Amino acid sequence: MNKIVSKEYFSAHVVKLEVEAPLIARSRKAGHFVIVKTGEKGERIPLTIAGADLEKGTITLVIQAVGGSSRKICALRVGDEITDLAGPLGRATHIEKAGTVVCAGGGVGVAPLMPIVEALHQAGNRVIAVLAARSKELVILEEQMRLHSDEVIVMTDDGSYGRKGLVTDGVESVINREKVDLCVTIGPAIMMKFVSALTKKYAIPTVASLNTIMVDGTGMCGACRVTVGGKIKFVCVDGPEFDAHQVDFDEMLMRLGAYRDIEKK
Amino acid sequence: MTTEEQIAIRRAEPWREELRKSVKAKDRSNMERVRMNELDAARRSHTNEEVNAGLTLGQARKEAQRCLDCAKPACMEGCPVSINIPTFIKYVEAGEILEAAKVLKETSSLPAVCGRVCPQEKQCEARCIHLKMKKEAVAIGYLERFAADYERTSGHVFIPEPDRPNGVKIAVAGSGPAGLSFAGAMAKSGYRVTVFEALHEIGGVLKYGIPEFRLPNEIVDVEIDVLKRMGVTFLTNCIIGKTITYEDLRNDGFRGIFVASGAGLPNFMNIPGENLTGVMSSNEYLTRVNLMDAASPESDTPVLTGKKVAVIGGGNTAMDSVRTALRLGAERSMLVYRRSAEEMPARMEEVKHAREEGVEFLTLYNPLAYIGDAQGRVKQMRLQKMALGQADASGRRRPVPVEGAIETIEADEVIVSIGVSPNPLIPSAFRGLDVSKRGTVVVNESTMQSSLCDVYAGGDIVRGGATVILAMGDGRRAAAAMHERLKIINRQ
Ligand SMILES: Cc1cc2nc3c(=O)[nH]c(=O)nc-3n(C[C@H](O)[C@H](O)[C@H](O)COP(=O)(O)OP(=O)(O)OC[C@H]3O[C@@H](n4cnc5c(N)ncnc54)[C@H](O)[C@@H]3O)c2cc1C
Ligand SMILES: Cc1cc2nc3c(=O)[nH]c(=O)nc-3n(C[C@H](O)[C@H](O)[C@H](O)COP(=O)(O)OP(=O)(O)OC[C@H]3O[C@@H](n4cnc5c(N)ncnc54)[C@H](O)[C@@H]3O)c2cc1C
Ligand code: FES
Repeated sequence: MNKIVSKEYFSAHVVKLEVEAPLIARSRKAGHFVIVKTGEKGERIPLTIAGADLEKGTITLVIQAVGGSSRKICALRVGDEITDLAGPLGRATHIEKAGTVVCAGGGVGVAPLMPIVEALHQAGNRVIAVLAARSKELVILEEQMRLHSDEVIVMTDDGSYGRKGLVTDGVESVINREKVDLCVTIGPAIMMKFVSALTKKYAIPTVASLNTIMVDGTGMCGACRVTVGGKIKFVCVDGPEFDAHQVDFDEMLMRLGAYRDIEKK
Repeated sequence: MTTEEQIAIRRAEPWREELRKSVKAKDRSNMERVRMNELDAARRSHTNEEVNAGLTLGQARKEAQRCLDCAKPACMEGCPVSINIPTFIKYVEAGEILEAAKVLKETSSLPAVCGRVCPQEKQCEARCIHLKMKKEAVAIGYLERFAADYERTSGHVFIPEPDRPNGVKIAVAGSGPAGLSFAGAMAKSGYRVTVFEALHEIGGVLKYGIPEFRLPNEIVDVEIDVLKRMGVTFLTNCIIGKTITYEDLRNDGFRGIFVASGAGLPNFMNIPGENLTGVMSSNEYLTRVNLMDAASPESDTPVLTGKKVAVIGGGNTAMDSVRTALRLGAERSMLVYRRSAEEMPARMEEVKHAREEGVEFLTLYNPLAYIGDAQGRVKQMRLQKMALGQADASGRRRPVPVEGAIETIEADEVIVSIGVSPNPLIPSAFRGLDVSKRGTVVVNESTMQSSLCDVYAGGDIVRGGATVILAMGDGRRAAAAMHERLKIINRQ
């Protein structure tokens, strides 16, 4: 069914899995995600499709272990099967030629950014990727990013690699230097909130890919709802990408904490 | 032969005439309606065990005696799929329970389910002759359940013999009651049927929505097993329109497609505080508990368990949520409904059970806003007191706010259960499919055919949130019409 054909560690807590899923490989586009469940009593969690190989009939997932379910998936080995895998879900990224595009990814947000960078570059955009991590060991996918973009700027919180500073510092340095037509940001909600505030100041259209809590991923439950432009939107069917300047990030951050006390137990 | 003639012929069978004459109509009418055996309210409100325990053979045969075997059975007109009710009941009276079950299966694919979840008091039982004489209706629903359960546990589950396989491939999107009944009917006619289901479980609302204490999963699984044995293939985790598109299906040789994707999209009221944590749709709450088994310690999926839980709404979904909350340990489990109890759309039995179990009914209240604590978790709700005004289009009296009567009530979990809209996945993915303003798939009412000639649809995706029996009836009707169409095409 959904056999794992290869596994690679990007860092101690970030794993890349290549999984057999021929139907999904055939129909997926940049920006789509899948719902993954491991074990009979497993949780359904959303993961972005970071890439696909049509010939092998596989898709690539990049997972950061942050809690119970993501750890379980990271612990799977080559040859193991993922119990349930459904997708591709969500709306694909709208790819067009905008001009100069800054793609700002933080933490595990770098992985879902990969296919978008690739597609934007192919569409003829000048793509500048800003990758942020806490320290050098946590920087992922730098080489692959270089293959598909015009420039890669690496930012680390502690300055152990690339430039010292936050993702917003990297984005602002580009804005100060040249005209930016579009910004795409994926990462922790708090990071996207600050990127969005920054680009709003400069009136640069910005797209954020939201990683809310989900259950079904098919529009059935509303667990993933966010407020965008004052209206309720379901991230799994209306998103996951939205106009960042319209997103109520504070509400999203609050909702991400809904199960924090239970999950800690 | 007309339906009336068919009814008359079966009614005239000698065994039945004899049975009818064996007890005087007056004596039949004077018998008391049977009471369902049920678990004690105090005990059941803390377990997931099925509340109704079913009738014994003796009880069922006695209740069947109450049926007068009318020449013009109005109850049949009240049944959306026209089950031959007197015939099956008389078989129960005669003790031929397997025969009774066969009669049910002539027109219903899921009698064990419908016997449990149909709103009988609004359908067949509402038309029972006894009501005209100020007596209680025959317990048709209980008897249906009895006959279906008897068959299921007898070891003689009837598997319809499919016609000679014709090799024609048919796809079904969605495995709720509409999809299952369609699949059964098409498999019976010899088609190669594949049911695609978006979730990891088969059964639709019967699995993820309706709780175990009302409809045990095992009952649904037996029906699914029958379909498998008839050759139906099930493919879970497959979202039609996403994993496989309409064009893919056609290219893969599927000659007919039945869309039964349900009304999964939950509605919210768009009032302040609705996105606080602890406020969620009943679909989310019930999916976590039923589909993901979140209340069990082995499950990885969490569910919030409030101490003071408020459920907004008055339908079956609201009733299921409020009773689930009790079972998950709520100290106060409240139902907030803007009309009075008489107007509640929920099945009468569920309302009764909820009351017995200790659910508090806050009727004639409408939520205005939810108030959260510093972490954004809901802690209170602000309710507007309502009064009943003039009757509206639905014939129910319209609730109007009582000026100035606003109350604040403590609630640390709120479950919004005010209805669902059609699942938008397929309507937005099938090019050329006619969709109404409400988002339902538009079909020809007698054939269930959509604007795409090879696509039929039925159940909640066509009706909006409706009932199991209507979904099931749609599935059978669509199967009959699609079969006709394919026969004609094949002849050409
Ligand atoms: C559309 C979408 C695409 C995603 N793509 C990826 C991906 O490609 N790779 C990847 O590693 N993750 C991705 N995520 C996030 C991933 O789904 C969550 O990290 C995962 O559900 C956490 O489950 P858990 O049981 O391991 O952690 P939990 O025990 O549930 O949570 C651990 C901690 O993380 C927080 N948390 C929970 N869910 C999220 C979330 N969605 N985002 C941020 N913090 C959260 C919790 O509050 C808690 O503090 C995506 C999310 C969405 C909605
Ligand atoms: C909590 C609750 C309690 C209820 N109680 C009662 C009751 O007591 N009595 C009664 O008569 N009715 C009741 N109902 C209503 C009844 O369950 C529905 O009317 C009925 O289930 C509709 O059947 P359906 O087959 O149309 O859709 P559903 O049962 O909703 O099934 C649709 C299925 O399609 C799947 N699906 C959706 N999109 C796709 C896709 N693109 N590809 C593949 N699969 C897809 C869904 O995952 C789902 O499994 C209740 C409903 C709920 C939610
Ligand atoms: S995850 Fe359930 S509606 Fe989006």
